[in-house]
Amino acid sequence: MPAHIFGVLVEDSPGVLSRVTGLFSRRGFNIESLAVGHCEQEGTSRITIVASGNDSQIEQVKKQLNKLIEVIRVLDITESEHVERELAMIKVKAEPGASRSEVMQIAGIFRAKIIDVGSETLVIEVTGDSGKIAAIDDMLKPYGIIELVRTGKIALQRGSVTISSGRS
Amino acid sequence: MKSGAQILIEGLKEQGVDLIFGYPGGVVLPIYDELYDADIRHILVRHEQAAIHAADGYARASGKTGVCLATSGPGACNLVTGLATAYMDSIPVVALTGQVPTSLLGNDAFQESDITGITLPVTKHNYLVQDARDLKRIIREAFHIAGTGRKGPVLIDIPKDVSTAMVPDVDGPDQQPRLRGYKPTYQGNGRMIQKAVELMFQAERPVIYAGGGVISANASAELVTLADRMCMPVTTTMMGLGCIPTDHPQNLGMLGMHGTEYANYAVTECDLLFSIGVRFDDRVTGKIETFASGAKIIHIDIDPAEIGKNKLADVPIVGDAKCVLTDILKKIPDICPHPDWSQKIIMWKKNHPLYYQDDGKLHPQYVIRTLAEILGDKGIIVSEVGQNQMWTAQWFKFTRPRQWISSGGLGTMGFGFPASMGAQAAYPDQPVVVLAGDGSFQMNIQELGTIAQYNIPVKVIILNNRFLGMVRQWQQLFYEKRYSYTELPEVSFENIAKAYGVEGATITKASEVEGAIRKALEHPGPYVIDVRVEREENVFPMVPAGANISEMIVGHHTQHEED
Repeated sequence: MPAHIFGVLVEDSPGVLSRVTGLFSRRGFNIESLAVGHCEQEGTSRITIVASGNDSQIEQVKKQLNKLIEVIRVLDITESEHVERELAMIKVKAEPGASRSEVMQIAGIFRAKIIDVGSETLVIEVTGDSGKIAAIDDMLKPYGIIELVRTGKIALQRGSVTISSGRS
Repeated sequence: MKSGAQILIEGLKEQGVDLIFGYPGGVVLPIYDELYDADIRHILVRHEQAAIHAADGYARASGKTGVCLATSGPGACNLVTGLATAYMDSIPVVALTGQVPTSLLGNDAFQESDITGITLPVTKHNYLVQDARDLKRIIREAFHIAGTGRKGPVLIDIPKDVSTAMVPDVDGPDQQPRLRGYKPTYQGNGRMIQKAVELMFQAERPVIYAGGGVISANASAELVTLADRMCMPVTTTMMGLGCIPTDHPQNLGMLGMHGTEYANYAVTECDLLFSIGVRFDDRVTGKIETFASGAKIIHIDIDPAEIGKNKLADVPIVGDAKCVLTDILKKIPDICPHPDWSQKIIMWKKNHPLYYQDDGKLHPQYVIRTLAEILGDKGIIVSEVGQNQMWTAQWFKFTRPRQWISSGGLGTMGFGFPASMGAQAAYPDQPVVVLAGDGSFQMNIQELGTIAQYNIPVKVIILNNRFLGMVRQWQQLFYEKRYSYTELPEVSFENIAKAYGVEGATITKASEVEGAIRKALEHPGPYVIDVRVEREENVFPMVPAGANISEMIVGHHTQHEED
């Protein structure tokens, strides 16, 4: 079952996130990733949800999301040309010496940034699609990943169409 | 400057509310203090669950939004079953709850419960009011949401300090709510309507499958006109009973698990299923794969999420039943007969009627038939849930929409009796009769106190078989008669009623039925009749759960044919 990325515009009010996520859990759907924040319109937040299901399940979730009073718009972004990104911060063991420079080289190859240098660790910030993050994760594993945190996917349609202008 | 409680009461009056069912408590004291001399009638129930069922019954009978009021914590929690009941049947109710002061929210304060969290999945929308200045807007939005689109319950949770806060009266009257994310579709798509009309003219064996949505949209007259013009037989869901008169020649009665044989045969063999205001519930469809499997499906519903949810539609039409039917009727001026199909249906009706053994014993079906004969086209019929409900659905002769009040989707035992109080409030001059089982009645029996106190003249007929009858029936048919915890001891409902100050009678013979019902109806106040019916009577026909609806257990009827 392919993963779908939903862009959901919602009223910026307390409880709206639990209404949206509750709708998924009530149908036994697992949310693979979730990202929330304010968007370009005042009083409006944008939630990006990644979830998998068959066509009829996805259709039903979309319709149910649309029924929520505080949901303004729902778009299955995977239906159109789009760009998607997520950000991860990885705290990796990198003791001074050979391993530290190797980790730094790997970061360079992935165009990741080193945002914290500790006596025995580095924190690497990497942005990209899930594949890229999985790849750097794999590369860094042998050195010892102590902590990893990721934002969840965000996505936009390509070109001038927007979630508000297109058909939902 | 006005208090939150004042703004609340004024807001309710702006919405035309003149009746609240409620139960007071600590944090709603400021609201009750406003109610004390407000121009709104308040009925004090004996349990908050009854308050919401009564508000729900009022809404079902009148078409208006019902209102109930409860305190925080246990009071609010007692509304949950009623909210779920109203939600499943799309009934407009506004439930007001008190909440602990905002400063204590989340502190596990005395009588605190997160009622907006708890009721999230069983309300159309809910609000926790954090500022008295929002109250006016929220009340308008709540009534707008409850009573438009696919209707449903809305809860407003009001902390005590919001009720007492003094705030300026923010705006003038009649401000329309502005909800960016809520714009229900009423008009159907013209192209789809055209397609539906074409399919209807092409069909040889069409059937209309109509549900609660027709009643909710007040579209019964249009539906009957369509059935007449297209000569289409109509089967209704339990929620749709009354949208076509029982005696109408095109009426097939109810379909599904306890539907008529002829309705289930017609749906199984039809080549077009014109579905309107229905949701293809499992109690209707049985095995969904074989439900109307040879038919093209037209599905009209105001809720887009219902279309294609259980069964794919060939012609999906999102819209209000009345608007869409009106548009369809404009395109079919003439009568379009289906003589062969009509003939087949007449034969099915003749050969497979609803049946019970009329042997002079006290059968529950006889009680309902007698009641129907006595009432004629008068009266509002409220049922509990279980066998009593199915027998009433099968055997009462409905003449109009909103005459039948019953918990469909959630199947809430204990709903009917309190709901009848709301129905009676909506129609003070109509006889309101509750058909109950001894099990269901005992789930909200305490409301005898309310009907006695306010002299609400509902008549309760208890089809008393000293069993949880429907469960017992399943145990008989599917669990080798192992009657596990379904037998109830004898209770004198007459004595209980009398102890509350309500008149009552107990009858044990079929010959007493008519007299007892007439006496109850003539009595000016509330009345309880305890009818000791045949204990192991079953509801037939019956489609076992998950089977094809054409494969019914028909009980005695089979023997009758073999005889």
